[in-house]
Amino acid sequence: MFIKLRRRKKLILVLSLLGVSLIASLFLASAFGAVSISLPDILRMALNKVAVFDFPSTWRAAEETIIFQIRLPRVIGGALVGMALATAGVLFQGLLRNPMADPYIIGTSAGAALGATIAMLLPINLAFLGFGLVPVAAFCGALATVFLVYNLARVGGKTPIISMLLAGVVVSSLMAAIMALLISISDRLQLNLHSVYSFLLGHISVTGWEQIAVITPLVIGGIIVARFFAFHLNALSLGEEGAAYLGVEVERDKILILALGSLLTAAAVSISGLVGFVGLVVPHAVRLSFGPDHRFLLPASALGGGAFVIIADLLARTIMAPIEIPVGIITAIIGAPFFLYLLRRTRKEYAF
Amino acid sequence: MVGLQFRQVYFSYLDGLVLHNIDLSIKAGEMVGLLGPNGSGKTTLLKLASGILKPAQGEIKLDGSSISQLSRKSIARNVAVVPQQFHMPFAFTTSEVVMLGRTPFLRALAEESEADRRVVNDALELVGIRELAQRRFDELSGGERQKVILAMALAQQPKLLLLDEPTVHLDIAHQMEILELVRGLNMGRGLTVIAAMHDLNLASLYFDRLILLKEGRVWADGTPTQVLTEARISEVFSASVRVEQHPLTGVPHIVVMPKGSAIKRQ
Repeated sequence: MFIKLRRRKKLILVLSLLGVSLIASLFLASAFGAVSISLPDILRMALNKVAVFDFPSTWRAAEETIIFQIRLPRVIGGALVGMALATAGVLFQGLLRNPMADPYIIGTSAGAALGATIAMLLPINLAFLGFGLVPVAAFCGALATVFLVYNLARVGGKTPIISMLLAGVVVSSLMAAIMALLISISDRLQLNLHSVYSFLLGHISVTGWEQIAVITPLVIGGIIVARFFAFHLNALSLGEEGAAYLGVEVERDKILILALGSLLTAAAVSISGLVGFVGLVVPHAVRLSFGPDHRFLLPASALGGGAFVIIADLLARTIMAPIEIPVGIITAIIGAPFFLYLLRRTRKEYAF
Repeated sequence: MVGLQFRQVYFSYLDGLVLHNIDLSIKAGEMVGLLGPNGSGKTTLLKLASGILKPAQGEIKLDGSSISQLSRKSIARNVAVVPQQFHMPFAFTTSEVVMLGRTPFLRALAEESEADRRVVNDALELVGIRELAQRRFDELSGGERQKVILAMALAQQPKLLLLDEPTVHLDIAHQMEILELVRGLNMGRGLTVIAAMHDLNLASLYFDRLILLKEGRVWADGTPTQVLTEARISEVFSASVRVEQHPLTGVPHIVVMPKGSAIKRQ
């Protein structure tokens, strides 16, 4: 038979395993930190919260506060960042037919960074749904840049992919230059250099449930909507013309996929700054191990990306405690060698 | 079965007029070859026929309805295209690529059905590439790839098949194989075929009707015997040829006449 049932079953098993490892890493990452709390205790606390269970408390009240008010929001934030970036990576790689594309490729990163820098420059302290000015500015900067790049590349009702990539590179460079200029002339930014740096390298900065409540529907909704494009993304691997022959309304799909990927990226950037490598390496790893079919690639990358960032953030918080390392450094340090290993091990290498 | 009409169609790219007042009627079940020198508008005409280019003036009708009114999806359910080449950046297998032909029939979150799989299997079988099913598409040879793309097009279960120089990079055995197959589908299933062809002799052998284009205009339209005359070929292609008869079928057979300096001495 053409698609072996065995293979289908195997893929469903892999998805379940990825789901289990995402949940396992959630618990694991909640256990470790400045105060260690035992895993059974965390499990009991969680069950007390969500279901009809009523375990007697073998833990101190402060521990419960640490778990629910500090650690869990951060860990879930990490999961959302990883899921969003990995999904956006799949979307951009599929749309641009470029395995080297990542969520930042058409300027989201530069736009977010410039937005965040300007926000740090302003002597305004404002909170919006639990978000400070910096994440809001980063979110808007990312989306505005993609909008700008898309429109710059648009000629006569069409937006050729290659023009979009070029416009993305140019706009990114310009924004990076403006950001560098602002940093070098502003005393205020010089003093806050640490914040700028930590934004650029990626740092999960979730401080409460309010942020999670705003980001979760964006990310989960985005991932669900992305799944609707799986067949069209498969068809788009034949190129825009080839996809059109297969019944895809290419220009419409392009703008929708672009908007979706950018929204997911912007959501991630608003709570973590620029965490690199996740959007590149996770889709790659899944594709190299299980093939390029987007019906599997999208959910598997989302789950894998979530687990990856949770673990990376756990390491970032703990290995040099009390110093926190930016999580983007960890994702690169784990991601790069793993990626190279996959490339060399597997026969399913890419044809360029 | 689906017929195709061009009514006074004009088309131009940004840098100039490419097609000039094209008036054509292709009936369901015809097998039509498009001939003409490079840049004469063959590919453009095929792109207009598949609806991915829109005419600047005039109208193109697919089975009676204007193609500009049809959605991509409903066009793709009737018309399949085999372009010259596809670049595939990801490691899909042959059967996955052929399954892409089912795209216009699949709903967003549904899985492909048993019926879809049967169509894909039949297409692989028909083109004779069953044994390639689990091989990676990007590792196949040019000839094999062309067959996979043809199988993908057939998996669309089209009524009209458009081919853009389907044999251009292939050796003679693969060229014949592809044309035999397409001709068989045309005769056996009534599939309407329009193919841009470079090789005049193959076109003469396999097509009932040939349309000769020059500088974006229809220069001649008729049977191979009517179209492939010495005068027309030398006029359109600026090459000197002699037209003889194919020893087996009697259709025109074009023999190229080298110019003085290139003639090898005996």
